[in-house]
Amino acid sequence: MIDSKERASKLSYLPPKTDWMDTPTVYKEGMYCYAAKPSRLEYMDAPYPKDWSCMDEDWQLPENWKEIILEGMKERLEKYRTFKIFMDICVRCGACADKCHFFIGTGDPKNMPVLRAELLRSVYRNNFTKAGKILGRIGGARELTIDVLKEWWYYFFQCTECRRCSVFCPYGIDTAEITIIGRELLNLLGLNIDWIAAPVAFCFRTGNHMGIQPHAFVDMLDFFTDEIENVTGVRMEQTFNKKGADLLFICPSGDVFGDPGTFTCMGYMILMHYLREVHGLDCTWSTYASEGGNFGLFTSHETMKRLNAKMYAEAERLKVKWILGAECGHMWRVINQYMVTMNGPADFLEEPVNPLTGTKFENAKATKMVHITEFLSDLIQHKKLDLDPSRNDRLKVTFHDSCNPARGAGILEEPRHVIKNVCNHFYEMPRNCIREQTFCCGCGSGLNAGEDMELRMTGGMPRGNAVRYVNELHGVNTLACICAIDRAVLPTLMGYWAPEVDVCGISELVANALIIPGEKEKTENLRGEPILRKDVEPDEWYTRPDFPGREE
Amino acid sequence: METVEFMGKTFSVDEDGFIDEFDNYCPEWEQWVKTVEGIEEINDEHRKLVVVLRDYYEKNGIAPMVRILSKSTGFKLKHIYELFPSGPGKGACKMAGLPKPTGCV
Repeated sequence: MIDSKERASKLSYLPPKTDWMDTPTVYKEGMYCYAAKPSRLEYMDAPYPKDWSCMDEDWQLPENWKEIILEGMKERLEKYRTFKIFMDICVRCGACADKCHFFIGTGDPKNMPVLRAELLRSVYRNNFTKAGKILGRIGGARELTIDVLKEWWYYFFQCTECRRCSVFCPYGIDTAEITIIGRELLNLLGLNIDWIAAPVAFCFRTGNHMGIQPHAFVDMLDFFTDEIENVTGVRMEQTFNKKGADLLFICPSGDVFGDPGTFTCMGYMILMHYLREVHGLDCTWSTYASEGGNFGLFTSHETMKRLNAKMYAEAERLKVKWILGAECGHMWRVINQYMVTMNGPADFLEEPVNPLTGTKFENAKATKMVHITEFLSDLIQHKKLDLDPSRNDRLKVTFHDSCNPARGAGILEEPRHVIKNVCNHFYEMPRNCIREQTFCCGCGSGLNAGEDMELRMTGGMPRGNAVRYVNELHGVNTLACICAIDRAVLPTLMGYWAPEVDVCGISELVANALIIPGEKEKTENLRGEPILRKDVEPDEWYTRPDFPGREE
Repeated sequence: METVEFMGKTFSVDEDGFIDEFDNYCPEWEQWVKTVEGIEEINDEHRKLVVVLRDYYEKNGIAPMVRILSKSTGFKLKHIYELFPSGPGKGACKMAGLPKPTGCV
């Protein structure tokens, strides 16, 4: 792979000479993910499982594939009013065109959100509008052909459904929803990617994306319990599937398995121990609903619904008051925007009130699920956590608004409030790439595989450069985020665009600052890195060669 | 799925060269992975990693997280990379006949 400097210098935004309808789609190595294996689809009873590759000439489609797609479109136009409206109202003003990280990173016009939508809209015009039927190509309509289908597959899996474009659309068109429907249509023919289909099948079978079975889940958390004891001197046993606990806690399984999410997971465990010991609040883990994420969102509404149901089934079974949700990304879009009409109302749970502060979480009244940074922010506001932010003094932190909590659930202030209370050095990235305008990591919506690394590094360019900017300006060395996909992919992205920056979750920062009853004198943080020596100024220490992470 | 023929055996592999079934692993498979992963000679440390990985997978149906692998073998991550240049997931798991991990990782 070419290095980041060369990539940036080679960028060109010159469109091809031919009209977009006449520009053939060329599949480029590193820009697509592997096709879904048949076993995954079979497990979900999804249609047309097959052993195929997107590079095959023959995609082994059923004979009536065109009918299936058009019938699928018709059904969805009737069912989802948003889809119908979004197909009709675009005036092609171009406000969204340069807002997509994939367009900025690749210069490929078909990565302009307007054109990505047009890939589907052209077929809609052709088959579902009078003007399109009469005017044909002059009216922006085109036939659905096998080449069109292949174009859909390539570009609907080059969108992370991050919704940055929709922030800028004067009509409020949510292009992510167009991608969602596009992928749903492709799934009618068994055309998914394996990186989505595998987690879906695993989640349906074992309750989480990784396929972690209950005994292994407990084993992993036991391992963290030992690790935490080494650092803090306190043994923090967790409870699992405990009936009658106050709250059910659900986190993304990526945090249980993959670094650096594992440190975030240890953060959750420390927090839960603290709440139990200091405040008598009982949070339990579930080995059945052991996943926050929902790759069904990237597959079809039906799949999303099936996977979402387990959280609520488990909350009902355990008779908890409400659900505390962890630092997961797209889980919050599913909860905030779909859950209530999909599997709700969850009337068997209580309307969430923080038992320690009395704060009512009005926004979670219907979903009965509270975001951990809202909860932490409330605890901090009411001085329920004993914190020593100087323990994080070696960190100069910036915050990556993870797309779905930010744009999909409005979690903007709470993470910042928490970070500023547990860290003394916080710096924002430029304002047009944070909060609701945040740039995607370039790997969301199931595109965090290994084979599409070109796509990931190009799509992550805007985010990578914004981090590099604050790294050069303020010496920022830590990128905090609230999404497990972020924690999995941003270290690679930082390695490429901003090599001095580490990635962490907010709960890790909180746990490192938390003063735990009975703890030994802390000399190291959860990663085994030394806590800043009190006699050295942070700025001075940061420039020294013995600063952790400097060597190698 | 593609197939590989090596030392008189036939293996089915996925796009990244992982074996299709945990139970199809055999000494010849190890030798095959050695050649594709650019490993000079399989030594006791390679073998130790493979044994730990297979044992954990049999018990848990999943590969161990890197930190558990590191702790139970006593090898630092850096050393695992010396043994398997493409890393614990892509190199060591491949040799041990485990599938690739998926999800938010």
